[in-house]
Amino acid sequence: MTSAVSFQKVSRHFGSVRAVDAVDLDIVPGEFFAMLGPSGSGKTTCLRLIAGFEQPTAGSISIFGERAEGVPPYRRNVNTVFQDYALFPHLNVLDNVAYGLMVKGIGRPERQKAAEDALALVRLPGYGARRPGQLSGGQRQRVALARALVNQPKVLLLDEPLGALDLKLRENMQEELKSLQKALGITFVFVTHDQGEALSMADRVAVFNDGKIMQIGTPEDIYQRPKTRFVADFVGSSNVLPPDFVQRYAGQHRWGSLRPESIRIGRAAKGDGVAARLVSTNYLGATTRLALDAEGLRLHVIVPAGAALPREGEAVALTFNREQLHLMDDLG
Amino acid sequence: MSLDAAMPRATAPAILPGSGGLRGALSDLFWRRPQFLLLLMLLPPVLWLGIVYIGSLFALLLQSFFSIDEFSGLINRQFTLKTYGDLLQAANLDIILRTVTMAALVTLAAAVIAFPIAYYAARYARGRWKALFYLGVMLPLWSSYLVKIYAWKLILAKEGILTWLLAKLHLLWLLDAWLSLPVVGGNSLSVSSTGTFIVFVYVWLPFMILPVQAALERVPGNLVEASSDLGASPGQTFRNVLFPLALPGIVAGSIFTFSLTLGDYIIPQIIGTSRLFIGQAVYSQQGTAGNIPLAAAFTVVPIVIMGFYLWGAKRMGAFDAL
Repeated sequence: MTSAVSFQKVSRHFGSVRAVDAVDLDIVPGEFFAMLGPSGSGKTTCLRLIAGFEQPTAGSISIFGERAEGVPPYRRNVNTVFQDYALFPHLNVLDNVAYGLMVKGIGRPERQKAAEDALALVRLPGYGARRPGQLSGGQRQRVALARALVNQPKVLLLDEPLGALDLKLRENMQEELKSLQKALGITFVFVTHDQGEALSMADRVAVFNDGKIMQIGTPEDIYQRPKTRFVADFVGSSNVLPPDFVQRYAGQHRWGSLRPESIRIGRAAKGDGVAARLVSTNYLGATTRLALDAEGLRLHVIVPAGAALPREGEAVALTFNREQLHLMDDLG
Repeated sequence: MSLDAAMPRATAPAILPGSGGLRGALSDLFWRRPQFLLLLMLLPPVLWLGIVYIGSLFALLLQSFFSIDEFSGLINRQFTLKTYGDLLQAANLDIILRTVTMAALVTLAAAVIAFPIAYYAARYARGRWKALFYLGVMLPLWSSYLVKIYAWKLILAKEGILTWLLAKLHLLWLLDAWLSLPVVGGNSLSVSSTGTFIVFVYVWLPFMILPVQAALERVPGNLVEASSDLGASPGQTFRNVLFPLALPGIVAGSIFTFSLTLGDYIIPQIIGTSRLFIGQAVYSQQGTAGNIPLAAAFTVVPIVIMGFYLWGAKRMGAFDAL
């Protein structure tokens, strides 16, 4: 099967900055694909390379088997939901949504009907006559989505579309986007720096750092079996353990990753476990995050709310199951 | 120790005493009643605008309702619309039509020339190139208006550089063909309506470039990207996104180019034909002819035209961005 989007050794350099550096990537048709990484990691540049706003310095890009280098954005059947939505301020909502059909020369009644349908799809029926300036952030986001979807793109690109929304709205939109993608069967490529968002929505996640892909896999792969220290640290802020430490407790001289929720805290007196001292506690609502100092190593532990907590400065013993400790390659 | 020496905390009061005297009292008063300060700052310009500027303008307009006694040349200070009747004579209507047509053409040409320059400055120019752009646009404004016009008279003259250049390019026949046309032609460019037009466009162009550039600067770059992403070719993006969003700037610029051309009397006097423009008519009526009422009636014309123009511009949203 041809890939929806395929990168072969794609690089995009800006002067001496390697924004994207020899990236190989295959996105399966119909999947929800997330590009996750810190700012400046090259994920947005990759999205812009697919949209056609950037051209690769080297390598080749194909979209559904067709070569895309040198093809302008307006000739790609790919649509983008921009980070700040980029709605046209001088057009009302209906004309915004119908814009793509208008420039394709589709007649007014037909394109308005399609735009109304698209607005209904994003649960904004009857908002057509309003101006973008009269909408809330969440509504603008839906209009931007409708404006892209009305063109029935082969690939829908979403550039941190939920970044500007408040937490509650963001959670709702995550569910909606996911079910919309399932219903429409369109390939979604989603850029985010929020690991929770990537894990909860995507079928597969690519973790970016320094213009390179560190790991591609299902959310479970990425979370449970990070390949590198960077992935372990960035996705779910795992405890990254140096080889000497791992050698002592797991018998192998390799880097290890231990999720904060897999560590248990016990009394120091018992003797077994890693001796540690509580440094600080952060109350997070459903859970509490503890920072501990274990043999000079800063470890984080997440305990459910209501659990008995040691006092600050108190000596404790940390225990964990050997199989929870994930061993990694010594990369980035 | 050193901290205490720098900030003697124990002795400092929570509320500092006023600085005393008239200045201290005034400072406190202005802080408590900011509108006093505002009044004090606005009073001189309001008096200037209200009495010296608007007042004298009103006095002039009042003259247009008087009439002149044709035998004695004295002004008859009785309200009448007779002067406005004189204004509607064919010769005077001709002057008005010529001026309005020139102003409209100058505005159109300035908009067409200004847009690409403004677009480049707003979208592409950065750092030093942007500074160079501002310098290039503003520099002509810093030199004397008369010097520029006389320079253009030399450029456009039969012995001028333009004729010389066209002769070198073997294109003189093109210039001659153009100059032989009625209305726009003449003996040379410097005594033709075309010459007047060229100099008007040159002199008022910066007033069009700057507002268009400001309008384009406010168009977020991702709107252009979004349009392209949705399948619009560059031409479609220009028509559907860039032009509508730049329109308020174009209208704002056209207010300058249009009104300045309507009122100018120096350029058509130095460069162009002997046919009059409104400004020249006002000048000659109040000067040599001594017909102040008709001169005043002539000045009403651009005011009324600009009134309608501004009303239309407001409806197009030209002032929304101010």
